[in-house]
Amino acid sequence: MNAKVKTKAKPLTQAMSGADLFIEALKKEEVEVVFGYPGGAVLPLYDALYRNPIRHILARHEQAAIHAAEGYARVSGKPGVVIATSGPGATNLVTGITDAMMDSLPLVVFTGQVATGVIGTDAFQEADVIGITMPITKHNYQVRDLKEMPRIIREAFHIATTGRPGPVLIDIPKDIATTLGEDPAFVTEVNLPGYQPNTAPNVLQVKKLADAVAQAKKPLILAGAGVIHAHASEQLLSFAEEMNIPVVNTLLGLGSFPSDHPLFLGMGGMHGTYTANMAMYEADLLINIGARFDDRLTGNLQHFAPEATVAHIDIDPAEIGKNVDTHIPIVADAKEALEKLLETDLVAPDANEWRIQLKESQKEFPLWHSEEEEGISPQRLTKMIHDITNGEAIVTTDVGQHQMWTAQYYGFNRPNRWVTSGGLGTMGFGFPAAIGAQIAHPEDTVVAIAGDAGFQMTLQELGLVAELNLPVKIIIYNNQALGMVRQWQEAFYEERYSQSLIPCQPDFVKLAQAYGIKGYSVTTEEEAESVLNETLNSREPVLIDCRIKPKEKVCPMIAPGKGLHEMIGVKP
Amino acid sequence: MKRTVTVTVLNQSGVLNRITGLFTKRQFNIESITVGPTETEGISKMTVIVHVEDERVAEQVLKQLNKQVDVLKVTDITDQAVVSRELALIKVLTTPQTRAEINVIIEPFRATIIDVARDSVTIQVVGNFEKIEAMIELLRPYGIKELSRTGQTALTRGSQKQVTDLKQYSILK
Repeated sequence: MNAKVKTKAKPLTQAMSGADLFIEALKKEEVEVVFGYPGGAVLPLYDALYRNPIRHILARHEQAAIHAAEGYARVSGKPGVVIATSGPGATNLVTGITDAMMDSLPLVVFTGQVATGVIGTDAFQEADVIGITMPITKHNYQVRDLKEMPRIIREAFHIATTGRPGPVLIDIPKDIATTLGEDPAFVTEVNLPGYQPNTAPNVLQVKKLADAVAQAKKPLILAGAGVIHAHASEQLLSFAEEMNIPVVNTLLGLGSFPSDHPLFLGMGGMHGTYTANMAMYEADLLINIGARFDDRLTGNLQHFAPEATVAHIDIDPAEIGKNVDTHIPIVADAKEALEKLLETDLVAPDANEWRIQLKESQKEFPLWHSEEEEGISPQRLTKMIHDITNGEAIVTTDVGQHQMWTAQYYGFNRPNRWVTSGGLGTMGFGFPAAIGAQIAHPEDTVVAIAGDAGFQMTLQELGLVAELNLPVKIIIYNNQALGMVRQWQEAFYEERYSQSLIPCQPDFVKLAQAYGIKGYSVTTEEEAESVLNETLNSREPVLIDCRIKPKEKVCPMIAPGKGLHEMIGVKP
Repeated sequence: MKRTVTVTVLNQSGVLNRITGLFTKRQFNIESITVGPTETEGISKMTVIVHVEDERVAEQVLKQLNKQVDVLKVTDITDQAVVSRELALIKVLTTPQTRAEINVIIEPFRATIIDVARDSVTIQVVGNFEKIEAMIELLRPYGIKELSRTGQTALTRGSQKQVTDLKQYSILK
């Protein structure tokens, strides 16, 4: 026997600073990586991080740190953790926090704050972050007493990741981080009487839905990101297949249902497929699973699903009936609701005619784009990226034309591979989000598809990519314009291209090279194909500047204020 | 339409800001809001009178309030039997001639004079919204110098029988 004396467990009564407590709490939450940027008010936190490391990703701007955390959260399902300093550090997070709130991404955001004694005196780098972020967080806290820190951090992670996920912010004054406290009591249970998200469906409503399914002649499933958050893709597939009901995805729901499935009608909404939108227009039973009837999906509400009995499964009761009158409300986790539904005696609807009608419509009105040979067609480029990555890549985008082309043509077959800024529509989101996604899945191919304008909003993160040698593939759809703004100006403002054309651009290849990253510029599809083939499955970062046809538009479209049935640009 | 909503909240710092901020963000129009402690320590109650367009918005108000972590309970008591009261302080200009008149006017309202100066009196009145409105109208001709109202606070009645607070309808109109 070894005579070694058993080492004593660390006594709990050891004095710990607030910053140490913070690190300890993050470890208890099994946080593997934090995204952040240091500054005066968070010096104590960063000092504790130095002594007691958790992997920290140093973005070059706080906005990129939080978008990276969003990308990480989106593909991993784990909460993204962000640290920023007080004042400007915190205010630089505002766009990312709002973005995460709109798209229901779990984040726990820590901001430094000036010392408690000077809060409210307009001290150096002071901002009322609690006030600023109140309407854009699921909840926020300021730590006023060291003793509360473990409880607050536990609650924050609980709130961020349960129910409808969202961002939670914790503001930590500098003196709280340096104060020594005795005997930190780490709580494991949360006691939040005002926060009790319901996940189990009401059995009677599920029965009602089953009855409606049995009677429907034109049933349709609308699947949103709630399916992905609830890990309910398998159940969705079983339900759709067993009942033989066609499926439409929302933008954020792409990947929740295989795009190559015969029941899949494509994305619905403003730039959705004609068949998906007409299916929503004509359906007599619309089963919304985890989507929030966003205005970009519904178009003019008066013409949305006018014939349909609407069933809505949502974890957030406030979404039910918010925009669309709902006949069968089911407040529940999508997975639990679908499981319960699959357990009931389901009778498949008699909808053969409906499916034939939709199949014919798909044949007659497929997505189309200009077949002109000259220049790079962004749609063909997207299909090329799909083919070279076998449709298996994690793809991120900003907002705008390139986002819509990717949504229309990439063809997602699995959940958690599609990272885009849906609700807020944030330019500059995609590239940093790709960095976070790559950190979550270091072995996978991550493609950041960006517009030339959006990329210039967060391109400083080339520094981070180079530093970590992250094999992110940046593909710029370069039309030297704010493409979607230009398209709207062409369609609705008599071609007055006010401030939407950006002829002066950096040499993106040299820019990449300046950071030590390989850069390519391609002007033809042959060039694009050869460069993509060579680089997309490589293990190093690369930037490819693709000169796409500058005037290419996103089709088809529901013009603003119009109904689902009033799509334009449906055929060449 | 006007709805009376009571909101039971954890008395955390910033909770009033959270609630009013929510109303601003969602464009719910607050007519009055009162807040104060309840019988349980650490728990406060707000009474909010809110103007909404239709049932859907009314439902949204309740659901959005319920989503707040610091909110324990939300009740729309508009259609219930309630007792609601508001307090108003009204400073009215007086002359030696009008002072007696004013006394006579306020007496049926069970209002009291709580401050007297050479050229004015301050009257305190407690009652529901309509009663206070009625008294203010009667005092207006004398010259109201200052007016301060608390906004309504309300409780549901102990027994929910038909009570006179509810509107009476008759086929004879």
